[in-house]
Amino acid sequence: MFLARLFSIESWKRWLWTIVRLTLIAGLSFVILYPILQKISTAIKHQTDLYSPIVIWIPETFTLDNFRNAIEIMDYWETLLNTFGLSAMTTILTALSCAFAGYGFARLKFKGSNLLFAGVILTILVPPTTILIPIYLNLKDFTLMGIVPLLTGKPVNLLNSYWPFILTSLTANSLKAGLYIFIFRQFFRGIPKEVEEAAYIDGAGVGTTFTRIMLPNAIPAIITTTLFSFVWQWNDSFFTTTYLTSSKVMSTQLSSLPYNLAIELSGGDASKADPFYLSMVQDTGILLAILPLIIIYLFVQRYFVESIERTGIVG
Amino acid sequence: MKSLLKLGFKERTYAQQKAFWGFLYVLPWLLGFIFFFLIPLLTSLRYSFSKIEAKSSGILITSTGWKNYVEALTVNTSFNRTLTEAIVNMVVNVPLIVIFSLFLAVLLNQKFVGRSVARSIFFLPVILASGVIMSLESSSLVQAINDQNESSGILSGFGSFELARMMLQAGVSETIVNYLTGAVDRIYQIVSQSGVQILIFLAGIQTISPQLYEASKIEGATGYEAFWKITFPMVSPLILVNMIYTIIDSFSNNTLTQLIRDTGFVNFNFGLSSAMAWIYFVAIAVILLISTYLVSRKVFYHE
Repeated sequence: MFLARLFSIESWKRWLWTIVRLTLIAGLSFVILYPILQKISTAIKHQTDLYSPIVIWIPETFTLDNFRNAIEIMDYWETLLNTFGLSAMTTILTALSCAFAGYGFARLKFKGSNLLFAGVILTILVPPTTILIPIYLNLKDFTLMGIVPLLTGKPVNLLNSYWPFILTSLTANSLKAGLYIFIFRQFFRGIPKEVEEAAYIDGAGVGTTFTRIMLPNAIPAIITTTLFSFVWQWNDSFFTTTYLTSSKVMSTQLSSLPYNLAIELSGGDASKADPFYLSMVQDTGILLAILPLIIIYLFVQRYFVESIERTGIVG
Repeated sequence: MKSLLKLGFKERTYAQQKAFWGFLYVLPWLLGFIFFFLIPLLTSLRYSFSKIEAKSSGILITSTGWKNYVEALTVNTSFNRTLTEAIVNMVVNVPLIVIFSLFLAVLLNQKFVGRSVARSIFFLPVILASGVIMSLESSSLVQAINDQNESSGILSGFGSFELARMMLQAGVSETIVNYLTGAVDRIYQIVSQSGVQILIFLAGIQTISPQLYEASKIEGATGYEAFWKITFPMVSPLILVNMIYTIIDSFSNNTLTQLIRDTGFVNFNFGLSSAMAWIYFVAIAVILLISTYLVSRKVFYHE
């Protein structure tokens, strides 16, 4: 009798906790999804619905005009292709160069390698704003210690091309690359040393060991870094708007969308356009920009947790 | 020649060979580090002490001493205010984000129906809340209007206001009440900034060996005790990691970086902009040092 009552109190407690947990998670999920839902609802509304007091979520007149406008003004398909190319390129190069550096720091110790690793930490800590101007001026007249003028006669202007992204990601210094090197280093340190020694005894050099043994084992770390690097490059406005001013990539197109739209709608005078309508099309533009990411995310999200668990950042 | 090279190569010991290759593997990063980080960093330091003029013949740099720093701190109308705002925001937000993400990670680690769906929703901010989308979102007029409509409804009296009254009557200090209700009002901001932190905590919790929990359960520990005596100490190194990450992340894109950029690229005052960026960097470094010092004393390493 007593036991039964105890059991029931326990089960009550459990039920109560389940309900509290459910409420919390549902509520917070709603908070996260709310802006996206709002954008979807705004994107399919007609302009007149914006002023109608009875329309809040479900539009009275359903229309795809906003999408058509945003796609046309953003040059969506070309932009999508450019952004995808840029992100994919930097992602692959960054992952490769960071894997090399991470392995070097983790297992191939040489004199001063710990000092250099402190340099990696420094790149994580210094805000990119601090070094932005010198990099900008450097890329504008790119000389590479006087080598380039010797060949062509004058310094090259690398701005407005993909070269800044290629160079920085090839040398593992692109956006947040320090973090990726750190992840790779932690991961490689977690693989037993005996594996390497066995490979060495079987006649594999350092290069073979790395490509045939270590890299295939490092797939969780590779997934994590490629995911982060792709997403952050896609959304990055800081470097992209500095290096690329006229090229058509998502973040520059998105930030100039309101202005271009205003010009388009009012025939040259940006101040005459209706700000609410502009905001509406801008929301549609944001939705279009994150749509590819969400689609990719749906496919890879289950690797997210799994791979972070196994990268050893936490071990 | 070739055989000589081969001979030289063969004579290295395994350790020497590894050191050689190690340097080779790190070399691309080292080149990038020198060209795209170290030299710009030093140049920026030099710029901050000088006046930069773009002439047709090239860039003219004249040294001016501390003038740029003095200008940033005393003459410029918005720098001081923006800097203190950024720092205060950070000090307020970082503890909230770390505690909140630890709590959610514990929650998402429990077994319940729809856990994988909940997880994917909570990691969505990792993708969405960065860069241009975030900055455009804050300027969305439609959203502002909708929020306005909603809060003018009958429900607006309820919510954090009621909570504040309840807590004040219960005798909780006013600063704490304001802090907590402020957190409730900024819940979206906090949730959207804690995606990566939740991931890291969640991964950390899952590496704790289940034997610890089993043993404590047999000894009669409740779930509450198990959290404070096992989970919390075991993830405490990650609290440090997450704190540092949150601080850096909160500083990566805010109104201050915007101000520094505008000073550089709109007003073309490179010297002043560099000085501002260096003050900013020093402020971050000081905050990181202090907080790391304070937290790392409490961290428990299971070794």
